[in-house]
Amino acid sequence: MSKPKVGFYWCASCGGCEEAVVDLAEDILKVAEAVDIVFWPVALDFKRSDVENFKDREMAVCFINGAIRTSEQEEMAELLRKKSQLLIAFGSCSHLGGVPGLANLWDRQAIFDYVYKEAPSVTNPEGVVPQEQTQLGSNGYTLTLPSFRDTVKTLGQTVEVDYYLPGCPPPVKLIVNAVTAILENKLPPKGTVLAPDVALCDECPRKATKPDKLALKELKRPHQILIDPEKCLLAQGLLCLGPATRSGCGAPCVSANMPCTGCLGPTSRVRDYGAKALSAIASLIDAEDEREIAALMEQIVDPVGTFYRYSLPASLLHRRVRHGRTGGAQA
Amino acid sequence: MSSEWEPRIVAFFCTWCTYTAADLAGISRMTYAPNARIVRLMCSGRMDPQFVLKAFRDGADGVLIGGCHPGDCHYQAGNYKALRRYTLLKRLISELGIEPERLRLEWISASEGDRVQKVMNEMAETIQKLGPLRLERAPRPARAKEHEREVIEIGSQGGAR
Repeated sequence: MSKPKVGFYWCASCGGCEEAVVDLAEDILKVAEAVDIVFWPVALDFKRSDVENFKDREMAVCFINGAIRTSEQEEMAELLRKKSQLLIAFGSCSHLGGVPGLANLWDRQAIFDYVYKEAPSVTNPEGVVPQEQTQLGSNGYTLTLPSFRDTVKTLGQTVEVDYYLPGCPPPVKLIVNAVTAILENKLPPKGTVLAPDVALCDECPRKATKPDKLALKELKRPHQILIDPEKCLLAQGLLCLGPATRSGCGAPCVSANMPCTGCLGPTSRVRDYGAKALSAIASLIDAEDEREIAALMEQIVDPVGTFYRYSLPASLLHRRVRHGRTGGAQA
Repeated sequence: MSSEWEPRIVAFFCTWCTYTAADLAGISRMTYAPNARIVRLMCSGRMDPQFVLKAFRDGADGVLIGGCHPGDCHYQAGNYKALRRYTLLKRLISELGIEPERLRLEWISASEGDRVQKVMNEMAETIQKLGPLRLERAPRPARAKEHEREVIEIGSQGGAR
């Protein structure tokens, strides 16, 4: 019997997820032994036409990382969906929108204006911005570029996704578990996030030092204090999102004195990660006076960037409200 | 039904104070703007910020939260928790382009039926001035509905281990 065919693809992402695959180290040899990698543009020379020539559902599984930002990424997601039996959203960006999803605080126009005209490092006196179509010479040849959408989407908002591998990037342990489950045909019900369904505090090495009742008089940022390497970070006044975040990563950030920023997203009972994380942190504030509470909350410099760092597109509001629009239209 | 737009307000009232006050306003035959759909909670501390965002997403133009006065919470500190969440949530929604006036928190005790009347009228007026909140629908793939149901089913089984 031939080996199962596997594909990897990347959309709006940083390349860190590809690194995570390489981080499998020796285990990647076992994977390469068991499967046939038929598409992986970042590492191997395959073209889109190769995928187009596959039969429908010819690939056993395809892992897609990155959020969906352009028309080309939408097309590739749809193509890969058609050619794969299992489609797995790999990493925070395809799972929840990720850091690129924070661009949903703006739209295409605002992003293009800043990036191509207003940024201090840009010199563009003619105001040239990328065009989707350009006529070349007199022979009538038209050069096209993918369309840049107003709104960043998750993979699951673009095509049907079978499983989600969370994390920025997904922890090696979770990748190995997922690949093993696929190869041994021991997958959980469709739609599952392939990670434990408990909060990070549960596996945190500092768990024992967490007080029964956390009460924060001050919120601090990591560079402002000398961090005790043993004690619960929340108890030290650091904004750690462990209580609202899914476990499965082994808490490497927390072990390295960095508070959890929530890349694995919420557990299965939570619909909107940012709202729940905000709720968890706000309730720990030790103040009852209105003004005192407001002053303490001011210490959270960037609420959207803090609570929705990896999940704005997947959130209930999914983007900043655009005023002066009649609504409905999805550009 | 008139085609003219009317503000849609979702009001989350705690059962011990504000909801009882709304009851009192009704028994006292007070008239006030009929724009709010009231959802009764056991405590304003039950107010999950997800409820507010979901209300906005599903068509509310304004959200009103009502709880017991500071010091009067039936569960000691639920209203303080509500106040903390509300304070931060208000900043969050304004960064996400929703006018902060669309979210309001009021302490209304069980005897303050007249206050329910006043706040409801004010809120309806505020939202009337702001106009409808037009949120764009979140993108979803063709078969998302069915898929979402499966996820909920999985969630109720405790998810993957």
